[in-house]
Amino acid sequence: MRIPGQLALLVAFVSAGSVFAQAPQSPPAASSAPAPAAADAKGTVPNTTEQRVLACAICHGKNGEGARKSEYYPRLAGKPVEYLYNQLIGFREKRRSSSPIMTYMVGALSDNYLHEIATYYAGLKPPYPDTTARADAATLARGQELAMRGDKARDIPACASCHGTGLTGLLPAIPGILGLYPDYIGAQLGAWKDGKRNSVAPDCMARIASRLNGEDVSAVAAWLATQPASPDRAPLAVGALKLPMECGGAPGK
Amino acid sequence: MNRMLVAIVLVALVVGGYFFYRYEAKTVVPEGAVAEQSQVVRGEYLARIGDCYACHTARGGQPYAGGLEMETPFGPLYTTNITPDPDTGIGTWSADDFWRALHEGKSKNGAFLYPAMPYTNYTKVTRADSDAMYAYFRSLKPVRQTNRPHGLSFPYSQRELLLGWRTLYFKEGEYKDDPAQSKEWNRGAYLVEGLGHCNACHSARNMLGAVKPGDEMSGGLIPVQNWYAPSLTSSKETGLGQWDVKEIVDLLRTGVSARGAVYGPMSAVVQHSLQDTTLSDLNAMAVYLKSRAQSGGEPAAPTQVAPTTEQAAAMMTTGAKLYEKHCADCHQPDGKGVARVYPPLANNQSITMSFPINPIRIVLNGGFPPSTDGNPRPYGMPPFFQELNDDEVAAVVTYIRRSWGNAALPVSPAEVVKARGVPTD
Repeated sequence: MRIPGQLALLVAFVSAGSVFAQAPQSPPAASSAPAPAAADAKGTVPNTTEQRVLACAICHGKNGEGARKSEYYPRLAGKPVEYLYNQLIGFREKRRSSSPIMTYMVGALSDNYLHEIATYYAGLKPPYPDTTARADAATLARGQELAMRGDKARDIPACASCHGTGLTGLLPAIPGILGLYPDYIGAQLGAWKDGKRNSVAPDCMARIASRLNGEDVSAVAAWLATQPASPDRAPLAVGALKLPMECGGAPGK
Repeated sequence: MNRMLVAIVLVALVVGGYFFYRYEAKTVVPEGAVAEQSQVVRGEYLARIGDCYACHTARGGQPYAGGLEMETPFGPLYTTNITPDPDTGIGTWSADDFWRALHEGKSKNGAFLYPAMPYTNYTKVTRADSDAMYAYFRSLKPVRQTNRPHGLSFPYSQRELLLGWRTLYFKEGEYKDDPAQSKEWNRGAYLVEGLGHCNACHSARNMLGAVKPGDEMSGGLIPVQNWYAPSLTSSKETGLGQWDVKEIVDLLRTGVSARGAVYGPMSAVVQHSLQDTTLSDLNAMAVYLKSRAQSGGEPAAPTQVAPTTEQAAAMMTTGAKLYEKHCADCHQPDGKGVARVYPPLANNQSITMSFPINPIRIVLNGGFPPSTDGNPRPYGMPPFFQELNDDEVAAVVTYIRRSWGNAALPVSPAEVVKARGVPTD
């Protein structure tokens, strides 16, 4: 039998409440988890998130460190849980349409499971790769200016105003932006400009990206990539910054 | 602790609000409301079995507000808003109008519906079930979302031409019980042939997008999506004849069974429709499907560039090495997999069926079975599209199609090239 609509509403309210309260997501009942068969020499399959999402490692690395192949695969490790969760939902709902394989991979996975996956990657701390970009001093200076001070005349806020002066992100949902390959950063800003990456409205990053020209994007991507990153530098605590604009993807400013 | 408090307060508020709402509702709702409410609940259940959600909801869109783009060989169709909004949905439709759409394939204004709406199946639905679904859709919150005009090319854009199509391929009429069969079998047949519209995918379609009479559920390549929906009547392809009823029910209800996992478009069918179907209805469907699988013939094999004997032997050697390196950890060296976690490849008809597109695409794209109540945290498979080149994919797929007792034809790298071009979403 289906639950009546009103009851469903009740359940929805209660679960919305628990998300709002940032209650830790308990994994769904384990009783229904498949019992691994032990018919093989290798014994049982580990009943862990790590084993379940091994599929992701082929692109994003065993510890979510990211990889650069014929395409670039961003680092997932250490990013805020709610940021990763927003991205997974964004792929599933096709707000991020620039990576159809991601929509395919997570297209039939539940909110709870995607949150579990986000939590898993947020807790990993592999070392950062060397992302140093080749760029001349003038470009780097321009990138630094935009990243740390922005451009008031063009209404472009500094990266640091939301991602923190250490650029390590802000809980619950703004990611750190160091240790990423410049082509990844450039492509994300481009996707926002082209409408292929969308956050929940109001989409602050889309607004900012629309004000950047191609040279701005290259400069800021190159400078960010040359900054040293460390897995031990955590995102800032909830409420540590007052955001300069409304961000639907990062509530609780 | 604070979180706990907030949660408790929220629960108290919501529960209180709920009872207050119920109390309020009781005081204003007239007699007969209870019967109406139970009809809405039944209608919701039937709408789930019909999987109306799958097509009438865009990714990330409002449920049942339409707007999903359906690519067809004749151009794109955009599904319609079936929420009760009077201007953009079906708010002005009567129960008769709704019945006519399901039963006759006609819109409220009498225009023929395109058969992407599976009224060739829904025509079998009883009037009582149609009325319950109508009550359910009337109970939804109206969503104002204007339907997008279809992008069909000429002459398919001329709806009147559907008259000819309907004369050839549409037989109107409610499901009639077969008195020689059990009540359970008839219930299964009613659901599989009617609301379940299984044959919409599991049948070959001709040049006019129609399923020829007699070809129902005999397997077919889904146009544009290019997944092969296996035959449900051939004992060889889906092997349902060999499956236990429980294994069929497990697969439909949870997305995984000891025999294998669902993938491709079937994932969404399990997630949005079948997992909510009652066990007795699933049992009935399985009983009916099993009886059909005893009788059917084998589907025609596709034409493909067959590798020579020497090429096939070389592919088996390479394939064995690749299998050991990339696949054996999960699917096991003997290809038996791990029940309900990693699908078996030995004696798995998804691997060995004549059309090799599905195993090729799964090697290229990997994937996760759907999250369901019975399997909420599925184990996934990585995509190998970057890791393996066309020759290697052909080799490993050939290997799994011809090992551990599997005896299917080898596949050529040309098939892999074709599969790489298919969009994943």
